[in-house]
Amino acid sequence: MTNKPVIRVRQVVKEYDGVPVLERLNLDVSAGTLCTIVGASGCGKSTFLRMLLSQEVPTRGIIELDGSPLPKEPTPDRGIVFQRYSVFPHLTVEDNLLLAREFAGAPFAGRFFGSARRKARDAVSQIIGDIGLDAARRKYPAQLSGGMQQRLAIAQALLKEPKVLLLDEPFGALDPGIRADMHVLLLDLWKKTNMTIFMVTHDINEAFKLGTRMLVFDKIRHDPQAPGAYGATITYDLKLDSKNRQDAQEAKSLIASGVFGA
Amino acid sequence: MRLINRKPSRRTAVFLGVLPFIFVAILYMVASDIRLSQNPSDRLLPSMSTMLESMRQMAAVPDKRNGELLLWKDTLASLYRLAMGLGLSTVLALVIGLVMGILPYGRAALAPFTSAFSLIPPITVLPILFILLGLGEAAKVGLIVVGTAPVMIRTLAQASLDIPRELVIKAETLGASSWQIATRVIMPNVLPVLISALRIGLIPAWIFLVSAEAIASTEGLGYRIFLVRRYMAMDIILPYVAWITLLAFIMDRLLLSLSKLAFRWKHIEGDSL
Repeated sequence: MTNKPVIRVRQVVKEYDGVPVLERLNLDVSAGTLCTIVGASGCGKSTFLRMLLSQEVPTRGIIELDGSPLPKEPTPDRGIVFQRYSVFPHLTVEDNLLLAREFAGAPFAGRFFGSARRKARDAVSQIIGDIGLDAARRKYPAQLSGGMQQRLAIAQALLKEPKVLLLDEPFGALDPGIRADMHVLLLDLWKKTNMTIFMVTHDINEAFKLGTRMLVFDKIRHDPQAPGAYGATITYDLKLDSKNRQDAQEAKSLIASGVFGA
Repeated sequence: MRLINRKPSRRTAVFLGVLPFIFVAILYMVASDIRLSQNPSDRLLPSMSTMLESMRQMAAVPDKRNGELLLWKDTLASLYRLAMGLGLSTVLALVIGLVMGILPYGRAALAPFTSAFSLIPPITVLPILFILLGLGEAAKVGLIVVGTAPVMIRTLAQASLDIPRELVIKAETLGASSWQIATRVIMPNVLPVLISALRIGLIPAWIFLVSAEAIASTEGLGYRIFLVRRYMAMDIILPYVAWITLLAFIMDRLLLSLSKLAFRWKHIEGDSL
């Protein structure tokens, strides 16, 4: 088995109204990587994730998924969990999970009736149990806690078995205790599916704890005459697998030196 | 305690709420009494009993000319026109509003026209409608549509644009088509807004209904008010205005209840969690 990259990024630049936000991005990420992305606010880490999702298009350069250029719009081969608005507020827990099947199975009506619906409900009841929402199956997202909502969002994002799962600060709004539970859930899912995961976070410890690879985005070139002249890029690319402990050492010294700001 | 932190109990709140109504009623009755004691045949401020009697005649005594109960005939005619007009506006708002809100091409094609159209003073369209559609029901319903649809369309379009983009993207990653996103994600999320738009649209709808009925009609609440104005029949006009107000209030409450019943998820936030 060759280690062909799932995601290949070449010379990507992203500009808004001529002002570069990201520049000189080059990256190969192999299958099964849990890649965490950190950086100061406004350094473009979320923009990078949105480009991986095709929510935004690079101004220049190319991003490839499994060897072919990314589609021009979001598709089921990339799942997404946002910090907020990740689940559908007008649907119950169960209907949120049924939706993907209904999209696939009912092109016009977009919903199942009768026996088709019963069958689909049976199929998702396993998932509802796995994420511990059995008792909340008929509840609306607004009736759930933040942690429950994000568990639902992750389960929903995995329904189409995407090649790449994108997480945009998924646990940023959660309490520390709940966040630790979510880490366990995420690592568990990742080990089971061997999926490639990109996770943007502003919590550096979370990035170290979960990632097998960590990317640090930062702005390194500054022109005092033109503060907007240069964008951010990947300044550190650390492999964090357990065999390679010197990386962890290097990483710890990075925290100590305070490159990440607050 | 500061005044801003003092809250009335439920009973006090109800009492305070009723107070202005009672005040106006008493004010009216005193003024009416003074005028009637000076001139028993005064028509401007009829007594409560005169108004009740007149309304009883309108509601329960068959009209001498055609044997109909005028209040109910008027009410039915007006409500029918209102329902037709607002129903058409609702359909237009849902279809055009969603097309404008969801599809960039639809927005490009329809938004400027809708904006321009909504600036036409609807009442100026009334003569055109009378000429084109005749003096029948179509012109009156048409005026209500012209008066309410543009604003409702724009409200719906804006509401579909205001839906968090994340929801649409999530649906895309779940494999939804444009049609499925429109029908299963965006439409259910804007339906509660449609109800609000309808509640707000009730106000101009009544205005245009009464205007159209006043100008050319043979029945209807607005028609009756303007008909009896010739005889200065305040004993009919005042109760009719109160009746129209009551009808408008009931419709507003019914729509609110419908929203709470049909879109429970929309009314959860703030209450529980």
